[in-house]
Amino acid sequence: MTIGDSIFRKEALEKVTGTAKYTDDYHSPAMLHAKLIVSPHAHAKIKSIDILEAQKAPGVRAVVTGQAEFPLTGEEIHDRPPIAFGKVRYHGEPVAAVIADTLQLAKKAAELVKVTYESLPVVNSPSEALSTSAPLVHENLGQYEKIQHVFPEPNTNIADRIKIRKGNMEIGWQESEVTVETNFSFGPSDHAAMETRCATAEIRPDGHILISSSSQSPYMIKKLMSEYFDLEAGKIIVTTPLVGGAYGGKVPTQLEIIAYLASKAVGGRPVKVFNEREEDMITSPVHIGLEATVKLGSTRDGKLKAAKLFYTFDSGAYSDKGATISRAAAVSCTGPYFIENIWCDSLCVYTNHPYATAYRGFSHSEVLFAFERTMDVLAEKLGMDPFELREKNAILPGHTTPTEVDLNSSNVGNLPECLRKLKELMKWDEGRFIKINDRKVRAKGISCIWKTSTIDTNASSGVILTYNPDGSLNLLSGLVEIGTGTKTVLAQILAEKMKMDVSQIHVRMEVDTQTMPEHWKTVASRGTYMAGRAVQQAADDLIRQLKDMASRVLVCSPDELEVGYGKVIVKDDPTKSCMIADIAYGHKYPNGNAIGGQIMANGKFMFKHMTHLDRETGSGKPGPEWTVGAQGIEIEFDTRDFTYRILKAYSVIDVGKVLNYKGALGQVMGAMSMGIGFAGREAFIFDRKGKVLNPQLRTYVPPHYGEHPEYIVEFVETPHIDAPHGARGIGEHGLIGMPAALANVLSNAAGINLNQLPLVPELIWKIKTQGVQNDSV
Amino acid sequence: MHTTEITLEVNGETRSVTVRNADTLLYVLRDKLGLTGAKPGCLNGDCGTCTIDVDGNPMKSCLMLAVEVQEAKITTVEGLKYSSLQTEFVDKFAFQCGYCTPGFIMNANALIKQYPHANDMLIKEWLESNICRCTGYKEIEEAVKSALATAQTVLRQQ
Repeated sequence: MTIGDSIFRKEALEKVTGTAKYTDDYHSPAMLHAKLIVSPHAHAKIKSIDILEAQKAPGVRAVVTGQAEFPLTGEEIHDRPPIAFGKVRYHGEPVAAVIADTLQLAKKAAELVKVTYESLPVVNSPSEALSTSAPLVHENLGQYEKIQHVFPEPNTNIADRIKIRKGNMEIGWQESEVTVETNFSFGPSDHAAMETRCATAEIRPDGHILISSSSQSPYMIKKLMSEYFDLEAGKIIVTTPLVGGAYGGKVPTQLEIIAYLASKAVGGRPVKVFNEREEDMITSPVHIGLEATVKLGSTRDGKLKAAKLFYTFDSGAYSDKGATISRAAAVSCTGPYFIENIWCDSLCVYTNHPYATAYRGFSHSEVLFAFERTMDVLAEKLGMDPFELREKNAILPGHTTPTEVDLNSSNVGNLPECLRKLKELMKWDEGRFIKINDRKVRAKGISCIWKTSTIDTNASSGVILTYNPDGSLNLLSGLVEIGTGTKTVLAQILAEKMKMDVSQIHVRMEVDTQTMPEHWKTVASRGTYMAGRAVQQAADDLIRQLKDMASRVLVCSPDELEVGYGKVIVKDDPTKSCMIADIAYGHKYPNGNAIGGQIMANGKFMFKHMTHLDRETGSGKPGPEWTVGAQGIEIEFDTRDFTYRILKAYSVIDVGKVLNYKGALGQVMGAMSMGIGFAGREAFIFDRKGKVLNPQLRTYVPPHYGEHPEYIVEFVETPHIDAPHGARGIGEHGLIGMPAALANVLSNAAGINLNQLPLVPELIWKIKTQGVQNDSV
Repeated sequence: MHTTEITLEVNGETRSVTVRNADTLLYVLRDKLGLTGAKPGCLNGDCGTCTIDVDGNPMKSCLMLAVEVQEAKITTVEGLKYSSLQTEFVDKFAFQCGYCTPGFIMNANALIKQYPHANDMLIKEWLESNICRCTGYKEIEEAVKSALATAQTVLRQQ
């Protein structure tokens, strides 16, 4: 009925009329405002902080600085003070917060806070971090509390190391007739969601703590705040209204902690912490950087035999999600290919850069940039077409992944079909390098993609459904509407199950952790799968209850009944039925007796058979299924000034099942746009001292209107049998192959190896004219 | 702190409000008048999320002072009532998170009014001042072009 249809998003009218509310849109005269004072240094000792003048300034209610008694925070390793204490580890790190009646007064007073620093030597890249003479970003790494499955290496800058040891490398190299080895690098960049992060906190007299946050993880905020401050979890209530773009950047808990400390400093009054753009770009977490070395071995006819991979992620000053990202990178370290012999070390490394967190694709666009680029380098060395090399090694049911998960026709999509379609769409056979005139060429390049999720093995998602007197349904889920339209898709899944009109389903957009069932985090392209299964379970229960109640009205066994179209109907005699609206609140007999009550149901979901990775070999099952796909880019390249225009961008993705066609298309095109921005232009520029020189949308420029290419997007549908209607994750995948595809097409067009990002004309010019220094092909 | 009471004409209503001379129009609209449709994105004129209409021109309200617009007619997204442009944005899936949407709509709305026959070049010139991070812009392009086509039809009928 509704599955596959392009149903408008439930909050559409709110969003086009300006009535949709985001965290900063809520304002009350009682609310105080905090302004952060941030570090101008990337690495320095804090010698002193003088807050006396600021405290005396008009309207100031408190000034909070880092304290020894504040807890260290972090989801995997507790390595981050909420406000810097003793030293600062990145440019932009919060050093103090001034709380005043208005933001303007807080800002004015913030200028009066005097901080003196003594600068320390700076770690400016992962390779610098790994050198034996590197300064330590964390001197006490060995003493930090941590979760069980992360392994910091004390007295180094290594926060975590994940190993993949599959097969036998010796045999792999023996069987390899051709080898290539390539180095890659790119620095941190930003999510640049249009809504900057914002959090408010208030401590009520009865001890309840009310937090509101533009977050992907309201339930994680509740859990972590309880852990950090030894608070009763039930007393922490987190609300999240609509979120103005997230892309992974709103996973961490950061401003919420500062808002809580600020509220505590003013006797529990409500305090708002709002990031201005510059703070949002560097004070709050960023998109991770990477240095990588990929060595591949194959037979002369292109069968991959061995892969040796060394990934060092630039997690910046704190580990946050960096360790999990490094783990996800190891899980998907080879791209969607079957290779028997794999050695991979994936490291999460501390530097003095702004700290990193999740970013759409969660390590996959990063790692696949390196791996898929190397595939093209290998193809060239073999004299083989890039499509052919990929087709020859494509991962298939019956194969095993790098972490030795057995694949079958349900848990992995159909990569050969994606490649076949892409090749046709791109008219590959017409050639991938066409000279237009003396100056311009047209060129094409491709990349394959795959991704599974690596979320907590016990992540939970719940849904509550309640009837209204008119027979319509309310859908309550802790999933955050970050722009992906998932809550509308949940309504579609429910409408399909109940055989009802989707307009009769009311979806609560705002999340409130006290009254709505938990959805672990709105991440990893898993919202539809997890919450969708919970919806289906809850709907089954609704149907059971409706039949039970109707059986009394229609005087027959519940087995004889069918639910749909607003009614409960006797199966073999549709003339006998009762309206759901008439029994949604129970049944009242003519004499006044009544039975039942408001019908409501709940459903919950957790993945089955997920495991941690083995520490020595990496084997384990981190996710339920793999979405696969193939992507391409066609450009017009100017061989004289090295500028280029992206003409067409292609995606063919096996989504299992399209649930909302235009919604799915929008997810893929939007992600492609973001990937093109990351690949082509977006990066922080650091000076030698680790200071970010471009923390503004004027100097750090995401794609603007009019720069977009023609998008060509097609879907393949190989169902994943455990997911609602067979649908696979799709929120991130359009981004994943863009960096590699762009690097491949530009390398092809310019006749050089481009192994760094972002792919600005200046980089192409430098490598073209000054030669490649980091390759040993 | 020096404040002045000023009168603004917003969405056809006359509103009195006490402001500091340094208060931006965006701040006054959001925090004093409760019109939160215009969004803070960069407070630096780089992203366009705060775009509103001042006397028929799209303006970035983060770059204007409230005291500058006392004689002007101000329209915010809340002042548009189900225009065909808004309908097209819904129909073409031209937004996801919705945060940049009021700015895009106000910018495109002024474009359609001033240049109902705008070509691709002109549309780009106007809309490239706004950033959308969720869509691939194609959907926005389709919505704006559809609304332009509707405006042209209306003009022809007149």
